[in-house]
Amino acid sequence: MAVGKEIRNQISSIKSTQKITSAMEMVAASKMRKAQDRMSLGKPYAEKIRSVVSHLANATPEYNHLYLQEREIKRVGYIVISTDRGLCGGLNVNLFKKTVKEMKHWHDQGAEVDICAVGQKAISFFKSYGGNVVAALSHLGDEPSAHELIGSVKVMLDAYDEGKIDRLFVVYNQFLNTMTQKPEIAQLLPLQAADEDDLKHHWDYIYEPEAKDLLDGLLTRYVESQVYQGVVENVACEQAARMIAMKSATDNAGEIINELQLVYNKARQAAITQEISEIVGGAAAV
Amino acid sequence: MGISVHCDIVSAEQSIFSGLVELVVAAGALGDLGIAPGHAPLMTKLNPGPVRVIKQGGEEEIFFVSGGYLEVQPNLVTVLSDSAQRADDVDEAAALEAKKEAERALANQSGDFDYSRAAAQLAEASARLRVVQQLRKKH
Repeated sequence: MAVGKEIRNQISSIKSTQKITSAMEMVAASKMRKAQDRMSLGKPYAEKIRSVVSHLANATPEYNHLYLQEREIKRVGYIVISTDRGLCGGLNVNLFKKTVKEMKHWHDQGAEVDICAVGQKAISFFKSYGGNVVAALSHLGDEPSAHELIGSVKVMLDAYDEGKIDRLFVVYNQFLNTMTQKPEIAQLLPLQAADEDDLKHHWDYIYEPEAKDLLDGLLTRYVESQVYQGVVENVACEQAARMIAMKSATDNAGEIINELQLVYNKARQAAITQEISEIVGGAAAV
Repeated sequence: MGISVHCDIVSAEQSIFSGLVELVVAAGALGDLGIAPGHAPLMTKLNPGPVRVIKQGGEEEIFFVSGGYLEVQPNLVTVLSDSAQRADDVDEAAALEAKKEAERALANQSGDFDYSRAAAQLAEASARLRVVQQLRKKH
């Protein structure tokens, strides 16, 4: 029967799309679990080093490290962490929107913005949007290693050392839970002191060995660990967002299929009714 | 029961230890040092080696760290290690093998030889062995 051939084709093509999206949902779900584990394993270190460094910022050190000094802001640096691949809902878009808003804010104050783009999506976004991309890094995969990041982080740290940028931020998606991810902008440099009242009096660490060597190493480690944690968290967000996006795509495909099936059945029924009435009409005419 | 201080040992991969301790002994960059409760604020680099903690109640535990940092606050001791292991997990045979390998690398140096890297490897392997020996002494 020739009736509704197009509709049948459409239904079968949507069905195959639905199969793909549901497979992607399951893949993302299993990857998300692993990414979440990695994220929670790295968290204690990132949190501890952050608290150590914020103690440090509260101290009144004998040696005033570059990373502890506030400078007049002429140029700021952003490390923007995005995903490599799409099909993860509004994850990257929300992140870029927030970044662009911040960039505008700095531009209004007369400060320039340098960007270190991590992930294919950030690279292509800033290519089309414009923006001074000084370092780019992509294809970190699902298990990013700290070694790969160090190079691009160093570009930004060197720029900070040389006074080319006066503030450094990292932008990534914060994993709140499977359903919600929040774009987050965190200041890396200069260090921000924690609000702890019991640390307000003047004090300093005893440093072994020299304060300079120690702080250089520790603060570089701090920035690297924060960026690494950001990347790992972003991977978990990516998988969670993809899982949700693919789940709703699968659901939507199911809905469309149901609607089309209804239209198809109606059309078929109408054709049959018409044929019968033609036959009856023909028989009556004889 | 003596006075105690809270101690956290974390590595880049995971949290290793968290709890109240009476004493922490670690291999600092300028020599071994012991931290008792109420120590002055201190920050030091750690060499590869054992970190020995005496837990509240006198029980002792040994960890291996391959370098990192130690922060002391009056009521808090934090060990940020590059990688840490419970001493029981340190494999003596593997450590011996690694030490021999590093010594061999140091012995026959060729043109494109990375001296500092081999020296670091040797230091780490010896540190692992030290941990194992310390552990054996205990039992």
